[in-house]
Amino acid sequence: MEKSRITTTTNSMTILTVLNRDNFKIEREQDVVPFRNRVKEHAVKIGMGLVNQTKLITAASELVRNMLRYANGGEILIEVVSKIRENGIRLTFTDKGPGIENVETAMKDGFSTGKSLGLGLPGAKRLSSEFTINSVVGKGTVVTIIKWKNG
Amino acid sequence: MKIEISKMLQKKKKQVLDLWMKNQLKDANLREDLMSNDELRVQSEELVDALLKKLTDENLADIESADFENVYEILSGISITRARQGFSPRETGTFVFSLKEALFETLQQELKGDPVALYDVTMKVNKLIDSFGIVTFETFIKGREEVILRQTDEITEISTPVIRVWDGILALPIIGTLDSARTQVVMESLLQEIVNTSSSIAILDISGVPAVDSLVAQHLIKTVSATRLMGAECIISGIRPEIAQTVVHLGIDLSNVITKSSLSSALKHAFSVLQLEVRKKQKENYSLKNM
Repeated sequence: MEKSRITTTTNSMTILTVLNRDNFKIEREQDVVPFRNRVKEHAVKIGMGLVNQTKLITAASELVRNMLRYANGGEILIEVVSKIRENGIRLTFTDKGPGIENVETAMKDGFSTGKSLGLGLPGAKRLSSEFTINSVVGKGTVVTIIKWKNG
Repeated sequence: MKIEISKMLQKKKKQVLDLWMKNQLKDANLREDLMSNDELRVQSEELVDALLKKLTDENLADIESADFENVYEILSGISITRARQGFSPRETGTFVFSLKEALFETLQQELKGDPVALYDVTMKVNKLIDSFGIVTFETFIKGREEVILRQTDEITEISTPVIRVWDGILALPIIGTLDSARTQVVMESLLQEIVNTSSSIAILDISGVPAVDSLVAQHLIKTVSATRLMGAECIISGIRPEIAQTVVHLGIDLSNVITKSSLSSALKHAFSVLQLEVRKKQKENYSLKNM
C-alpha cells in the first residue's frame, strides 16, 4: 500500500509531485457525505471548476458506496498532486473486502452482483481523468483515480 | 488505632460546609449573576448532606457503591439546573471539585499526626470526588445528546414536505443527499399525498441535491416508476448543468423520465398536460365587457 511515497511515475512517465495528503476512514453510510465534502474542499482549494468538481465527487461517491456495500468500508487517501503545470486530486480507495473476481466484466456497463444499476465502476472511470484498479480475490481491492483541474 | 474517617467527617459537617462556602465565595469566578449566594448555600448543603449521610469507611474506596445512588441523582439534578441557568460545564465541574479542598483541609486538621492515614484517605476522597465531577459532565453530555436525537427526528420529518402547488399538481423539493432510508420516506409521503389529493402530476425538484450518483439516480427512477403505477406523471426538475454532464458520463439513462431544468418550467409543462392556461389579465377585454 505504501508504494505511493512523494513521487511516483505514471504510465506516461511524467513525474507526479504530491503536495498534500489526507486520510479518511469509511465505516458507515453516514461517513459518505463528510467524505464527499472533504474531497470537495480540496478540489475547491486547487481551483477546480464546478463541472469537474461534481464529476470528481460523483466518481468518489460511486467508489465509496462500492466499498461500503461489498467490503464493509475501507480507507481513502486524498492527495493533491501536481504534474508539470497542472494540479489535480488523486484518490486511493483501499479495502480489505472479498475482491473482484473478474475485473474486466465488473468494468462493463450494467454488470452488477448486487441489485444496483451496474454503473459504479465504469461510470467512475468515465468521470475521472485516470483510473486504475487492482483487485486480489480474498485480499481486497485498490482503486486509484486522478481528476485534473482542467481535465 | 484506627480513626473512623466517615464518623469524623459527619461530626465536622458544619465545618466542611463552611469551608466549602468560604472557598466558593472567595473564588474570582463566582457567578453571582446566575445564582445568589443563598441558593448556592442550599445546593452545597444538599450535596454535603447527602454525601456524608451515606459515607462509611467501606464505601469511601468504592465509587460504584449503591450507597451513592442518591448523591449521583442530586449531582445530575444540579448539573441540569445549572446548565439551564447558563453555567458552563467547567463551572459546574469546578463547583464539585472545590469540595475536595474543603474536605482535605478538614482531614488535615484531624489527621495531623498520622501522615500515612492522611495520604490514604486523601487518595480515596480524591477518587470519589473526581467521579462525582465526571457525573456532572456525563449528565450534561446526555442532555445534549437527547437534544441532538430529537433534532435528527425533526429534520427527517421536515425534510420531505409535499407541497400542493396547484389543483392536481404536487411538488416535492429534495434537499441534501438521497440515501435509501430517505428515499423510502420521500416515496411514502409522495404516494400518500397523491392518493389524498388525487393529483395527476408530481414534480420532484432536485436543485438541493449536491451530487447525483448512480444510487441516487436509481432511487429517483424507482420513485418515478412507483408514481406512474399510481397513475400519476412524475417530472424531475432542478437539474443543474454540472449534474446533467455528470449523469451523462455516468451512463445513467433518464430518457424515460420527463426532466426539466427548473421548477417553473416543470410547472409550465404540468399546466400544458392538464390543459391549463395561465396568462396576464387583458385590460381591454375587461373594459369591453363593462361597456
